[in-house]
Amino acid sequence: MATNSKLIIGIIGAGRLGTAIARQSLKAGHRVNISNSRGPQSLELMLGVLLPGAVAMTVNDVAQKSDIIILAMPLNKYSALDPEWLAGKIVIDAMNYWPPTEGRIPEFMNEQVTSSQYLQQHFDRARIVKTLNHVAYNEIEEHSLPPAHPQRRAIALAGDDDAAKKQAEQFIDTIGFDTIDLGDLQEGSKFQPDTKLFNARLTKAEIEQIVR
Amino acid sequence: MELGVYSFGDVQQENGKLGPTSQAIPNLLEAIKLADEVGLDFFGVGEHHTDYFPASSPATILSAAAAMTKNITLSSAVSVLSTDDPVRIYQQFATANIISGGRVEIVAGRGSSTESFPLFGYDLKNYDELYAEKLDLLMKINALEKNEPLTWEGQFRAPIQEAMIVPQPEHPIKIWLATGGNPESSIRAGALGLPIAYAVIGGQVSRFAPMVDLYRKAAEHYEQTGDHMQVAIASPGYIAEDAQDAKDTFWQAWESTMTTLGKVRGFAAPTRSHYDAESGRDGALFAGSPEEIAERIIELHKRIKHTRHYFQMDVGQLPHDKFLQSIELLGTKVAPRVRKALASGN
Repeated sequence: MATNSKLIIGIIGAGRLGTAIARQSLKAGHRVNISNSRGPQSLELMLGVLLPGAVAMTVNDVAQKSDIIILAMPLNKYSALDPEWLAGKIVIDAMNYWPPTEGRIPEFMNEQVTSSQYLQQHFDRARIVKTLNHVAYNEIEEHSLPPAHPQRRAIALAGDDDAAKKQAEQFIDTIGFDTIDLGDLQEGSKFQPDTKLFNARLTKAEIEQIVR
Repeated sequence: MELGVYSFGDVQQENGKLGPTSQAIPNLLEAIKLADEVGLDFFGVGEHHTDYFPASSPATILSAAAAMTKNITLSSAVSVLSTDDPVRIYQQFATANIISGGRVEIVAGRGSSTESFPLFGYDLKNYDELYAEKLDLLMKINALEKNEPLTWEGQFRAPIQEAMIVPQPEHPIKIWLATGGNPESSIRAGALGLPIAYAVIGGQVSRFAPMVDLYRKAAEHYEQTGDHMQVAIASPGYIAEDAQDAKDTFWQAWESTMTTLGKVRGFAAPTRSHYDAESGRDGALFAGSPEEIAERIIELHKRIKHTRHYFQMDVGQLPHDKFLQSIELLGTKVAPRVRKALASGN
């Protein structure tokens, strides 16, 4: 683990969301490892222009060499990741099961089980925290505000591993957002698509009012 | 700088409900004709398949528009290439292109609205692979010599053996790659040597500046040069003589369309304060007076040097007469200001 509050953030997925989180992480002084499905070389051009300082790696290396791993790829590509890579790791699931954008995926259609719970079963030894999924990618940069700002937007978390959630909360604070822990992974159902929290700019107090 | 309009053929409201989709088509043709008459450079028709956006067949509309207009460039904005047959797209746009005397282009996207995937039987799992393959085929057809047959094979379409793809316009069709801002798309356009159209429909416009840099860097890297390597911006916009009137009128339209889309896609409806932020200086929504919109286009041009900017005005059942007034103001009040400023290097 890196010293102080500076972390090594590992991002899997170099699309709009992955690169937005990467940029915010670099701004906050963290180190960033990033991967896509086509290998580190394919990222060279992009990192040079969009993310100077970030390091392109294989997916496996990102998983091995980072303090927090962030899943920011199309959900329907999840099975390309080997559960072994994520074993014991703090993994932020920033994805959504969102049929209007990615279509129906049979294994995610059980409404009793959230997409993150399903991923927790699949990546059984990963320490999954569902968060950052309910913010539009551009707003991760545009809505970032310093601590104690009265309009500071809050981001919800859910997860079964308290220590992992703590670490995720500290990280999210450094990139400009308050956090609100809504409980175990099941509670992720409160900030998925089709909820009042999804894509809504809300402060911590406002979220508390909605969910409690 | 080319200025223009794009539309998905927004339907009108009738007795508090959505009006008939049939009326949206003549409305659209009237708008295109007016855009040509007031000297605008571009009109795009975007493929959608819903009861509020019924322009499912852009090439058909463009063919009619081609026969009704004189100077304006006509295009899809966008064609959802991933869920169509590139042979058919080419044939339809080539036909329209010939009718227009060479004024028809194709703006090809992966589709941010995904209703065409189940409609035409495609799997969203292959979202990017479909696009890559179909773009490849479309570009190959477009690059054929006169009377040169095509032989092609891919994963998602039956192979083509020594086939003639006709009619062929006198010059190849200008094909643009459309993107909502995924970095890979900017690289792809640069690498393939295609002009690029960015759809900036929310948030801050300035976040696209690094994407444009990436596009140009990729073009340079892959040695794609030439005048056709251009950048276009497509954004929501609405113009009225009075700035406040423009913002209030477009707010109603915007709120309505985003509420509809929010229901489909499961996100919260926008608030007025969110809208006000996004229709301000660096926002994606270009709603305002002619002076204000001209200034914002010029300001953006300083940073990204785009050569075309077109606006989606008719959303959320914006009354048709207001749509026409906005087109007229874009042509008669905004365009002259922008042209003058850019000609004098400001």
